[in-house]
Amino acid sequence: MTVTEPTEAEQLAYISAKAADARINVELETEEGMTLNIGPQHPATHGTLRIVAKLDGEQVLWVEPIAGYMHRGYEKLVEVRTYPQVTTLVNRIDWLAASCNEVPFILATEQLMGIEAPPRAQYLRTIFHEMGRIAHLMMFLGDMGVQIGALTPMFYALRDREFVLNQTESVSGGRFHPNFNRIGGLKDDLPKGWLDETVRIMRKVLAFCDLMEDLLLGNEIFQQRTRGIGIIPAEIAQSYGLSGANLRASGVDWDLRRDCDYPMAWKHADFDVITHTDGDSFARTWVRLQETREAAKIVTQLCEDLPAGPIMAKVPRIIKVPEGEAYVATENPLGEMGYYVVSKGDLGPFRVRVRTASFNNISITPWLLRGVYVPDIITILGSLYFILGDIDK
Amino acid sequence: MIRLSSADTEAPEQAEDEAAETDERREALLAELGEHLGDAVLDSHIAPGRQLWIRVDAGSWLATFRHLRDDHGFRFFDFLSAIDWMPSPYGRYEDATVDVEGGPARPGPSDAAGGYATGVAGGETRFQVLARVAKLTEGDLAVIVKADVPPAGDDPDQPGSVPSITSVYAGADWHERETHEMFGIGFEGHRYLEHIYLPSGFEGHPLRKDYPLLARTVKPWPGIVDVEPMPGGADDEEGEES
Repeated sequence: MTVTEPTEAEQLAYISAKAADARINVELETEEGMTLNIGPQHPATHGTLRIVAKLDGEQVLWVEPIAGYMHRGYEKLVEVRTYPQVTTLVNRIDWLAASCNEVPFILATEQLMGIEAPPRAQYLRTIFHEMGRIAHLMMFLGDMGVQIGALTPMFYALRDREFVLNQTESVSGGRFHPNFNRIGGLKDDLPKGWLDETVRIMRKVLAFCDLMEDLLLGNEIFQQRTRGIGIIPAEIAQSYGLSGANLRASGVDWDLRRDCDYPMAWKHADFDVITHTDGDSFARTWVRLQETREAAKIVTQLCEDLPAGPIMAKVPRIIKVPEGEAYVATENPLGEMGYYVVSKGDLGPFRVRVRTASFNNISITPWLLRGVYVPDIITILGSLYFILGDIDK
Repeated sequence: MIRLSSADTEAPEQAEDEAAETDERREALLAELGEHLGDAVLDSHIAPGRQLWIRVDAGSWLATFRHLRDDHGFRFFDFLSAIDWMPSPYGRYEDATVDVEGGPARPGPSDAAGGYATGVAGGETRFQVLARVAKLTEGDLAVIVKADVPPAGDDPDQPGSVPSITSVYAGADWHERETHEMFGIGFEGHRYLEHIYLPSGFEGHPLRKDYPLLARTVKPWPGIVDVEPMPGGADDEEGEES
């Protein structure tokens, strides 16, 4: 492929197209309202999401979220990789809970191959999945404080999250991107003393939750800023495909961990599915806080009941997946994350559709943010909770 | 306690179970759908205990979802996407010959029109749209609906359009925009069918199989070592050099 120098006309056309694109930044029309551009690098947004809002005074007339600043094209990239290579890539979709991204893909591949991981590997996968959830939701609780100007919770969150990340690191070697799941099982078994240490850390997590309930959710300012703000009715939430805590905060009792029959260890754990009926920003935060507690409960139980045995099923060294199609989704920290895998009996997938939670969760914003006040945009977006990599794929 | 392999001991049993297993919930749902939609359901497939696929006629795409939502309570929109069934002319870029100029001619897609191997629930055209909707009151009960996208005009490699389902599921909005930019499939009645990920002036539809992945054409992929034969293995001698 050769690159030719653009002609002057082409360059001018390019610049004018860019200028038209940038014009929205400076648009100020007092009669029809004002256009406010939030992002792509605004400190109050999580990364490079850009939101263009048309305002009437302090009120939003309409908003249009503009995604794609971080589009990496995973669906195209996985088509040229072999199955074992895919997990490294998909680790980076929702980077705060990387091992949760691997699990649905591995499960879909195993389903197509007709194999199942041995029980010990299923337990360990579930433990890592839940630890990813804890680390993720701790970050959320700290971050939710930052959205309303409370910086203290963030420091507690960063301090206590580190304990969880250290455990991930000591078993896999990676704090953020463990890439520990393999087709048929796990890469390695646990290091010595890991289980006791994890159970001890789960007690710290529970203490952190108590602290946050007091410090953040019990705070009067926080309640004023979130209660009754950004209400999503259950019907609307479903039609937009909201999942995870956003859906459960609207009163829909649905959790894939309980409702779907996986070869995972959730069915052996005793936990509650947390719902709330208000559907506002406060409810979403509250549900996530309780879910952190439930996750710590699950980890503690599974660590105590962990069965002995192999951690890897017998799989051929060169993995060829039989022809077929499968969709497997799991309940990830952000919501339902699933992979639709199409195999043609080859070394690599023919097509993979990545169903990420944030993409659906954020697509509701044009509906949800209509009529709210400007400062509430930030708290609502914070409580919807998204990760840019999860929107942009 | 240590079992040598679970694949050896469990896989055959599991296969038997699957063969014997009948999924009554999904069978019943499929029968009901067939009754209401009649000839619109062209094909179907059930993976017992897991998934139900139906393939409908593109003209009934919207009516199918309206029926699923209003009469069956499938209120949860999961995702919408498309599949390009043309075999990739590039492969995984493992052998350079495909990329070398004057190498093997890329298989002309148009002469294979209608001849592609398609997946579960069949298919007749190169492009197929699919969407999954779920009924949250019944655990994991969901339907994956597929439809063949009719070609635009006479060219089988140019997909035409299907009706937009945003009037039934508001969440389909972004998914249809993404499918539009990635495959070039039109959605009639969509409010704003513009690019969502790609820059506004981007040309081409990246997820089509005949769209090359530039990163691979520029630099050979080192990941090929992952599928090299084991050293000292039976077919070691013909090991590729890359």
